[in-house]
Amino acid sequence: MRAMTYRGPYKVRVDEKPEPVIEHPNDAVVRVTRAAICGSDLHLYHGMMPDTRVGHTFGHEFVGVVEEVGPSVRNLSVGDRVMVPFNIYCGSCFFCARGLYSNCHNVNPNATAVGGIYGYSHTTGGYDGGQAQYVRVPFADVGPSVVPDWLHPEDALLCTDALATGYFGAQLAEIAEGDVVVVLGAGPVGLFAARSAWLMGAARVIVVDHLEYRLAKAREFAFAETVNFTEVDDVVLHLKKATDWLGADRVIDAVGAEADGNLLQHVTGATLKLQAGSPVALNWAIDAVRKGGTVSVMGAYGPLFTSVKFGDAVNKGLTLRMNQAPVKRQWPRLLEHVRAGYLTPRDIVTHRVPLEDVAEGYHIFSAKLDGCIKPVIVVDED
Amino acid sequence: MTDAETPYVAGPARRPVDRDALRARIPGWGADLDPADRPSYPREVYDPAATGAHWDLPEAQPELRPRERSVEHARLTPVFGTSAPLHGASGAVRRLAYRRFSEGRAAHWFLLLLGDRVDAVESHVRSLASRRPDDPITETGVLAEARAHGIASRRGRVDVRHQVLDPVVVAGPWVAAVGAGAWAVRTLVRRARR
Repeated sequence: MRAMTYRGPYKVRVDEKPEPVIEHPNDAVVRVTRAAICGSDLHLYHGMMPDTRVGHTFGHEFVGVVEEVGPSVRNLSVGDRVMVPFNIYCGSCFFCARGLYSNCHNVNPNATAVGGIYGYSHTTGGYDGGQAQYVRVPFADVGPSVVPDWLHPEDALLCTDALATGYFGAQLAEIAEGDVVVVLGAGPVGLFAARSAWLMGAARVIVVDHLEYRLAKAREFAFAETVNFTEVDDVVLHLKKATDWLGADRVIDAVGAEADGNLLQHVTGATLKLQAGSPVALNWAIDAVRKGGTVSVMGAYGPLFTSVKFGDAVNKGLTLRMNQAPVKRQWPRLLEHVRAGYLTPRDIVTHRVPLEDVAEGYHIFSAKLDGCIKPVIVVDED
Repeated sequence: MTDAETPYVAGPARRPVDRDALRARIPGWGADLDPADRPSYPREVYDPAATGAHWDLPEAQPELRPRERSVEHARLTPVFGTSAPLHGASGAVRRLAYRRFSEGRAAHWFLLLLGDRVDAVESHVRSLASRRPDDPITETGVLAEARAHGIASRRGRVDVRHQVLDPVVVAGPWVAAVGAGAWAVRTLVRRARR
């Protein structure tokens, strides 16, 4: 089969690989129709995530058609069109039994500090991902769902991570009616978090980024006020002034490990990998939120340490909430909102590239060329 | 009340909200107003029957070749990925990281990052002897620069300051490899001449 493979930092190509096989009785093999490149795939692409191996296939956002099922699979049949959450999880361990699907203990031998994720290095279990013609889907009775007939395949695709994560980020922010919500980062997750904040009763939503085209999208798609941090002297002070000197009630970090805004942090974190990413956005969140407020962290960080301003978080009495999204818990509500027109996920897709051009897709997304917000990889016919 | 007074006085218990105006402007405003009626509330809900799992402990996936694991795991997990098994010098570095250091130790992660760099070099060298050597032009996707308005897209952006470092990260190992090769050849030639 044809599959995207990692060749080292900033290098990927499409290789011929053996098709996946059933390795466990509850596995399925899915023929991928659409996959997406996630902002967090760029951390792998940039060589930031420990134990990212040459030959590994990325891709944790994908939809497709069931090609084969293992002998113990009951809930899926060959030919079903499925959406697959980015989490790989068993459904029965201590954590899954409590709804913490993203923290499963039975799928990742490489680390206890993170659950299982498709195509996201060996640090999340060493599973090949969905930027390929076929993918192995473990625990087929637990993770995937059949795509409803009325749901557009690209809306289903975005439900597998970006939309679910953005919406989950807004939930973790504990938004109450009338709150002022700041979202750092106007990428896919930030845009979805901003849009979701309104559903939870926000009175103001302010999105911060440095890419003007993404801020324009935040105004149009997420109905948000925007701040370009390169146009203000001090973004924290700017946000304080914009919130009557109080600070925002809730701040959502939708940036993560490769934040710009502080050259030293960026170079030590994102370029030289001396810390688990550049915590610029997280530090801005801690400083821009009001005392007693909530910071929701959706940005991805590596497993190493980062230089976070923890003293400010303590002294301000903040609540810091974070997790990888347990995607499937969000789906019933998200599908209601998509059907009602409250959420319009595929509006953020800017690029559609064939699998064979995946290297150019990664470069365009990574370098943020051509107004790129969300690239989708077209693998096969639906 | 002027703006500057807000945090210095008590203010109202709740900020007044014009629900009708917000609903007119934002599709679905307030649809999830009740925090207790949101899908991830509360964070932990004990309901093992809800997941679709029909086992207490999943059957074990056959371990067809020795699978490295974190020393913080009491056992190999019942299911695991089989992408890109350990091999070569990078495999030795990674094996050491897994066997010797827990996830709580920085050495664990730094060794894994070192293994990644060794893996990249090993793989590049191996590819040179294959029918499909690594091609930094196509694999970095830089050919998209022309089609995707590379120059116009970067104009005035703050991240351009460190983007100049990206080619160093990409090309650095290649330059180092060529330099090392040239040095080795020169040394061999000099020894042969003696």
